[in-house]
Amino acid sequence: MIKSYKLRRNISNGIIYAILTILSIIWLLPLVWIVMTSFRGEQQVYINYIIPKTWTFDNYVRLFTDTGIMNYPKWFMNTLIVSICTCVISTISVLMVSYTFSRLRFKSRKAIMNVGMILGMFPGFMTMIAVYYLLKAMNLTRSLVALIIVYSAAAALGYFISKGFFDTVPRALDEAATIDGATKNQIFWKIILPMSKPIVVYTVLTSFIAPWTDFILARIIMGDAIDQYTMAVGLWKMVDKDFIDRFFLQFCAGAVLVAIPITALFLKMQKFYVEGVTGGAVKG
Amino acid sequence: MKYIDYVQLNPFQKMMYQLKNFFVAIPRGIASFFVFLGHKIASLVLGIGRGFKNYVLNFIHGDWSTKTSYLVMGTGCIAKGQIIKGIIFFILEVGYILFMTMFAWSYISKFASLGTIKTTFTPNPMTGLDEAKYGDNSMLILLYGVLTIIVTCIFLFVYLSNIKASVKLEALKKVGKKPNTFKEDLKELLDARYHITLLSVPTLLVGCFTILPLVFMILMAFTNFDSQHQPPATLFTWVGFKNFTDIFYQNPKYAMTFGSLIQWTLIWAVLATFTNYILGMIVALMINKKGIKFKGVFRTCFVMVIAVPQFVTLLLMAQMLSDSGVVNVALKEMGLITESVKFLTDPFLAKVTLVVVNIWIGIPYTILITSGILMNIPEDLYESARIDGASALVTFFKITLPYMLFVTTPQLITNFIGNINNFNIIFFLTGGGPLNNDLYNAGDTDLLVTWLYKLTVDKNDYSLAATIGIMVFVICATLSLVTFNMTKSAKNEEEFS
Repeated sequence: MIKSYKLRRNISNGIIYAILTILSIIWLLPLVWIVMTSFRGEQQVYINYIIPKTWTFDNYVRLFTDTGIMNYPKWFMNTLIVSICTCVISTISVLMVSYTFSRLRFKSRKAIMNVGMILGMFPGFMTMIAVYYLLKAMNLTRSLVALIIVYSAAAALGYFISKGFFDTVPRALDEAATIDGATKNQIFWKIILPMSKPIVVYTVLTSFIAPWTDFILARIIMGDAIDQYTMAVGLWKMVDKDFIDRFFLQFCAGAVLVAIPITALFLKMQKFYVEGVTGGAVKG
Repeated sequence: MKYIDYVQLNPFQKMMYQLKNFFVAIPRGIASFFVFLGHKIASLVLGIGRGFKNYVLNFIHGDWSTKTSYLVMGTGCIAKGQIIKGIIFFILEVGYILFMTMFAWSYISKFASLGTIKTTFTPNPMTGLDEAKYGDNSMLILLYGVLTIIVTCIFLFVYLSNIKASVKLEALKKVGKKPNTFKEDLKELLDARYHITLLSVPTLLVGCFTILPLVFMILMAFTNFDSQHQPPATLFTWVGFKNFTDIFYQNPKYAMTFGSLIQWTLIWAVLATFTNYILGMIVALMINKKGIKFKGVFRTCFVMVIAVPQFVTLLLMAQMLSDSGVVNVALKEMGLITESVKFLTDPFLAKVTLVVVNIWIGIPYTILITSGILMNIPEDLYESARIDGASALVTFFKITLPYMLFVTTPQLITNFIGNINNFNIIFFLTGGGPLNNDLYNAGDTDLLVTWLYKLTVDKNDYSLAATIGIMVFVICATLSLVTFNMTKSAKNEEEFS
């Protein structure tokens, strides 16, 4: 009896190993394929075999040297500038807002939070047209400043996760500090923030990654100012039907290069990501 | 129905009962929302009435400096010793008056008609070209009109707090206390009134770049700002609810497009949410099963997909699945097919492809999120089920799924709403195509949001797009409201038991 149970367990574990291996392969294949294609020597977009016949670094080299139409290094710098500025501004603003809603009690607190929730329910794209005209009136379209402003402005509405975190920091700390004569300002900077390292890291990383992956806002604001594109819009332009024949392999190389830092950052912060999302879920 | 009756039902009846409850809850949820709204409006009206009464009474009972601060802001504060605060009030008033006279008045005065002077074109005798003499620009009138209204509201608030400050100072004087110096006021901003300091900048930004555009777009749904009415060349004007009646029945083509897209949007949201949820959980269970090694390796394989920016994976998928893409090549090499499969261009197959690709993208998220919760399910539940002879399938549907549903319902709702608004996957993979000529500027796989995008970017049909946007909001808000009410009632029950 014991033997047969063991046997059954081994068989079922074997099946599970097989399924998981097959699934992992399916999940990784597209990623492997793009890496492979980025090293491909043959220039056509579509080939009727899978494994490249010649291997080369050329696609990467051309990405940085052939900048006449598709200026990849410029896009990279654009995105880097935008994401660093956005990261600084929106991290501060998110932390301030979430601390306020978590710790400070004032008259219209609930009302403001509800307004924030309702604003989040409109399709985000809806406001973009108006934002575009607003920026146009301020003469800011087609500039990186516009992107920075809009990204940081919208960030304050995403305070839920860090508010959830601040809620878990014991209130007794605040009270003790108040008795010792600390103002709320000091409590925020000197007590709560140093204790909330994980959520600060999480907020910094998410707001840094956002500009690298956002497509639609950058597309609308930049129009056809190809020099001001960010990574996402630029790479999208490369596989546009007018350009794909010439730039497909560079697109693959470019995509691999963007994906590497973002992947590294994400793998680093996945723990915080899970905590943030499920923490909110368990509490409802 | 009492709990004891409910337990005795068979599974099918239980499901029907739950389903009935859900649909019964929809009208109740909506009704309770309107009751809530009614209460709010009533208290608002009462509040305004009370405020107005105070406004008049304060004027009658106030001393001379309070009375003058009704007209010249800040005099009340200056006369009673708070000089800097008073000067700030005064500067704000001057600023507002300048803003109104120099800039805003020319727009807000035309707000009711959205402009009357048409742009005219007269041929220039010198060059022979048409020369435009620009009239009113309806769009700018609408945009700056909204801006002016918001600024005015803020100014009213400042104005009232100027009076309040003066009245308060008067009361302090009567008791014989000294008013706060400016320095003390600033100190208060870092402590007792710290929320004002922290919230002011974020609120300003959100107000400028979310609330103002949103009000602008909502108002736009009540105008005829479409491809025929493009400022500055032509004017547009208010049309009331015409756009809404258009998409429901008045304009057959719009109505048909709206109807078929809303159907596909809802089907898509249900399919995308639940396939991801259930399949992802099954994979997570397999990874977390006792005795399976290399858990970390398997998990990392899946998580890699999330980590790569989504537009990269989607553009990549679109390439791989195209008619001469690598998937078709591989299938041909294996001898499974001779002609390319139209993954993205056949109306039905494109929908299937979207759901499958969405599974590929979404399952890793579910794995990441559910892994932790799955570990928390008490092991003895499974053990006793096994002893009673339950199969793996039964334990999944009887223990795992109910437990997970209980914990992750709020997240499921967020996912569902996210899928209704899932712009990226549709836009990058099929672009909404294949184009369907029966529909108005939309394809078979278009969701409401991608239609919204196409209407604005390709067609300049802003008013129609704004109307669609409002409808999407109504759907999302109703869903969250109903589910929110249901979970709230569930929580209350728990409190009593």
